[in-house]
Amino acid sequence: MTVVDGRENAKRPRRSITVRPSPALIFGCLLLTLTGAAIIAVTLGAAGIPIARVPAALGILVSEPADTLLARDQLVLWSIRIPRVLAAAVVGGLLATSGAIMQGLFRNPLADPALVGVSSGGAFAAASAIVLIDSSYGDAFRFMQNALLPLAAFLGSLATTLILYGIASRAGRTSIAIFLLAGLAIAAIANAGLGLLVFIADDRQLRDITFWMLGSLSGATWSKAVTIAPVLAVGVIACVWIGRGLDVLILGESEAFHSGINVERLKRVSIVLISAMTGVAVSICGVVGFIGIVVPHLLRLMIGPGHRILLPASALLGAVLVVGADTLARTIVAPAEMPIGILTAAIGAPFFLAILLRQRGLAGL
Amino acid sequence: MTPIIETRSVTMQINGATLVDDIDISVGSGEMIAIVGPNGAGKSTLLRLLSGDLRPTRGCIRLKQCSLQSYSAAQLATHRATLSQHVSVTFPFTVEEIVRMGASHMNDAAAHPRIEAALDEVAVRPLRHRQLPTLSGGEQQRAHFARVLVQLACGEALHGPGLLLLDEPTSSLDLRHQIELVEIAGRRARNGTAVIAILHDLNLAVRFATRIIVIHRGSVVADGVPEQIITDEMIRKVFEVDVAVQYHGDGSPVLLPQAMKPIGL
Repeated sequence: MTVVDGRENAKRPRRSITVRPSPALIFGCLLLTLTGAAIIAVTLGAAGIPIARVPAALGILVSEPADTLLARDQLVLWSIRIPRVLAAAVVGGLLATSGAIMQGLFRNPLADPALVGVSSGGAFAAASAIVLIDSSYGDAFRFMQNALLPLAAFLGSLATTLILYGIASRAGRTSIAIFLLAGLAIAAIANAGLGLLVFIADDRQLRDITFWMLGSLSGATWSKAVTIAPVLAVGVIACVWIGRGLDVLILGESEAFHSGINVERLKRVSIVLISAMTGVAVSICGVVGFIGIVVPHLLRLMIGPGHRILLPASALLGAVLVVGADTLARTIVAPAEMPIGILTAAIGAPFFLAILLRQRGLAGL
Repeated sequence: MTPIIETRSVTMQINGATLVDDIDISVGSGEMIAIVGPNGAGKSTLLRLLSGDLRPTRGCIRLKQCSLQSYSAAQLATHRATLSQHVSVTFPFTVEEIVRMGASHMNDAAAHPRIEAALDEVAVRPLRHRQLPTLSGGEQQRAHFARVLVQLACGEALHGPGLLLLDEPTSSLDLRHQIELVEIAGRRARNGTAVIAILHDLNLAVRFATRIIVIHRGSVVADGVPEQIITDEMIRKVFEVDVAVQYHGDGSPVLLPQAMKPIGL
């Protein structure tokens, strides 16, 4: 029997008290950071545009006389930089938000679509679309590639997430060890399939697959950015709707049901959102890992785990991180470009190990 | 009096094993029921059936005159609140955020007084800004109890007296907090709530329950007021141990397991 001491709580150190910052402050800071990152990103690159010339090129200051430099700036900005920065921001938002939803759904801070094979499943499906449909329909397919690749990647991610959920969850509980190991196995199968596709692809298909698998945003165009942006918009709006349910789901499936949550519907919506967001991001820039782990984890430390704030904040911080990583990727080895996946893995993998060590006791690994 | 919850011939079979066998019980407003029985008797399965977690293989359960299955999860949450035995939270929610989850169907202004009242009643106000995973098992259990009380209060504000289900609520609590918890549950019962709690401590059950239901091998073997139910013969038959049942000044039975009988008694 425990002897009760009424003063036990008073003795606890005060540093364990948690105070959350206000949502307005959080979103204000994140928006400012994203704006700053985007401005820096559009000025840097092979053809540098000094920040002083950016307003004129954007058409904000129309009083300046037009010259050839301005025309060049406008061309670089509107045709290359802005679509690329926009695509980077949307991809970052998609990856970070899908990571945060996945962690909520599996009640596990180590879940990440890239780590557990959901991205690989999407990549395999997209590569299958490139090879198999291209072989059958040729030019007709190339015309539809912008729309078909995200759809194929979404279906591949969806299938992978459903298999993963089926394996790892039993009677409302998710085994963390089985979840991660099943994810590794699924990623291995998808990567083997991807290898096979590379083996059977003809030269042109191989160029398409390789270009896309490098994990680069260099192919970003207005049409690609505009195709994926609505997915992020719908995803973030849906996140506000499922946020409360994901909070309560952290207590367990039974407790979420006791608290009035339609658990099955919440799981279905979450799985579709994770798959759509991951698949669409993968279809643009290949497999970019760790954004989905790093961003929600950092945010939980700063603003707490409540999903109604965490999910939209993840979209913003994910956008900041990928815009930053992409800027770094195209400047550090200029005029060449480093695949962005290498950068995110170099930063994210040690971060993942650090979380793993912290969680070792809690997760029962 | 119309019952808050009643079961008719409820049977639950999983993989050919009968966990709950043809149970008929009826619990009215203001009753505080203790369900007792040995490990594996089917107590938790019965509670999960009553909470709507499981659907019976045969028979039906009616909550406030309507079939339990006719309620949506959200409707059910406003009529009954359930405290599970083990709830583990891996994310760093604070105690206050956990307690607030009980009022998730209400707007903040309406929920606020109920949250404050629950924090005081369960005495977790000093812990409100602490992160749940950093607390002891007992402190976490009390935070979840506060959450369940908020859910119950929010539901009762809409629909009148509801149902409170507690699955071994005292398992990780020290003596003081065990007594506090059952006293709080008792207060809810006196205000009209139907309370059903699985308790392993028979003395606690005798002291606080208005009625005890004894479950053995999936069936109800005794159901009535504690003074009539708790006899050394029943304990020997159900729990297969010898106890000495003595009687307190007010007539309530006190159990002393024979091997632990104090010297000189």
